[in-house]
Amino acid sequence: MIEFQNVSFSYDGAHPVVENLSFTIGKGEAVGLIGANGAGKSTIMKLLLGLLNGQGQISVDGIPLNKQNLPVIRQKIGFVLQDSDNQMFMPTVYEDMIFGPRNYGLSKEETERRVDAVLSRLGLQELKYRHNHKISGGEKRMAAIATILAMEPEAILMDEPSTALDPVNRRTVINTINDLPQTKLIASHDLDMILDTCQRVILLSHGKIVADGDAETILRDRELLEANRMELPFCLQGWHGGSR
Amino acid sequence: MDKLSQAQSELREMDALAAADSPVHRLHPLCKLLVTVCYIVTVVSFPKYDFSGLAVMVLYPVILFQAAGIPVRLCFYRLRIVLPLVCAVGLVNPFLDHTPLLRLGNLVVTGGVVSMLTLMMKGIFSLMASFLLIATTPIDSLCAALRKLHIPSILVTLLLLTYRYIGVMIQEVAVMTEAYKLRAPGQKGIHISAWGSFLGQLLLRSIDRAEELYGSMLLRGFRGEFYYADVPPCRMSGVLFTVGCAAAFLAARLVNVPALLGSLFVR
Repeated sequence: MIEFQNVSFSYDGAHPVVENLSFTIGKGEAVGLIGANGAGKSTIMKLLLGLLNGQGQISVDGIPLNKQNLPVIRQKIGFVLQDSDNQMFMPTVYEDMIFGPRNYGLSKEETERRVDAVLSRLGLQELKYRHNHKISGGEKRMAAIATILAMEPEAILMDEPSTALDPVNRRTVINTINDLPQTKLIASHDLDMILDTCQRVILLSHGKIVADGDAETILRDRELLEANRMELPFCLQGWHGGSR
Repeated sequence: MDKLSQAQSELREMDALAAADSPVHRLHPLCKLLVTVCYIVTVVSFPKYDFSGLAVMVLYPVILFQAAGIPVRLCFYRLRIVLPLVCAVGLVNPFLDHTPLLRLGNLVVTGGVVSMLTLMMKGIFSLMASFLLIATTPIDSLCAALRKLHIPSILVTLLLLTYRYIGVMIQEVAVMTEAYKLRAPGQKGIHISAWGSFLGQLLLRSIDRAEELYGSMLLRGFRGEFYYADVPPCRMSGVLFTVGCAAAFLAARLVNVPALLGSLFVR
């Protein structure tokens, strides 16, 4: 579904943030993108969405990423931003949810159907006409996911979906992610969440892939993680396992 | 509540006000827009000494404020910063125009005083009408009405996004001010030496936020043409309101109603 072939990118032309990156993500796969700060996780997502222009080839469902194909690719891929305040720019949840579908020319009836279906699937019906500034952080994150689902994308990218959430809201987001049938690419430092939601993990360091494979195998490899400025997920640390 | 939080809450209250329900709210946005423009043009067109003729024009905002269930004092409270500026425009007139127009006992009312009052009233009436329009019409519907008038998309989108970004910018200022205050206890306001860096930071942060928001819009299919609220077709009530108001404004402009009423009692 998603293919990167020798993709490189640099903000200043001198220091590559992403270097010669190649990987493929199949339809329906849930892939965790992990790595220390500045490893290139968010950059990869922005490259895939055409928000940044790099070198190399990126394709989605066999469609090469270029200026002409951007609208089609962006319709196929939904992106949940790290900061929900930047995603929810309309006054109410409902207006935010219809923004995408109406921009893609869907009828009012079809848009309504999608909005109601997504809200009921996520159990957020009571949020429909609420003002964005009056809902809590957890509700806002769920609403941000709902705005993306209303576009019925084939793949969903999520940048730090569990940041700044309390344990209950974090669990709700994890359960929601697990229930989504779409292809998923999740960038996060929350390795416990990655373990809960992804079958495959891509470990990045300085813009290069260090490891790519089964999530549990990589996330249990203490040496590999520590060599790349990460730690074992808390759930795998055990009583004597952690560094503390 | 500090000033920034108050500004944020007032901005949100305006949205809530516009989303309320009343006969005025239910009128077609295009009708309200046209009537407001018509009203302002009529008010501005009154001659500078026609104080009594202009006074009749107060009826439109007062009646509509009542019909919309919005207290007039709320309008004056919200416009408290702009109103003094509008009133200040005519302050020099009494010093420039000494033509005696009226004698009340020993008091001579000059043309300068009358023109000053007329000018102030024109400003206040225009602001009241504009406030009424914004307070009874959601910004999306207003933009949809502008598009129906074939105002270029880029201008309308600019208006809408500016309105939306005001809130974002106030948020950024609030965060920065809070961070500053926490490290400058006992200091009133922001010290002049920090203004430069404060404004620079605000600009950079605003650009970052704007880019993130714009990116989010692009990813959801935004292609320059904003999706505006669905505006239902204009009903007969809207047409009657527009035509009736326009006729009333024209009549008020052509006939000095207070003078006419006065002539019925005084020969």
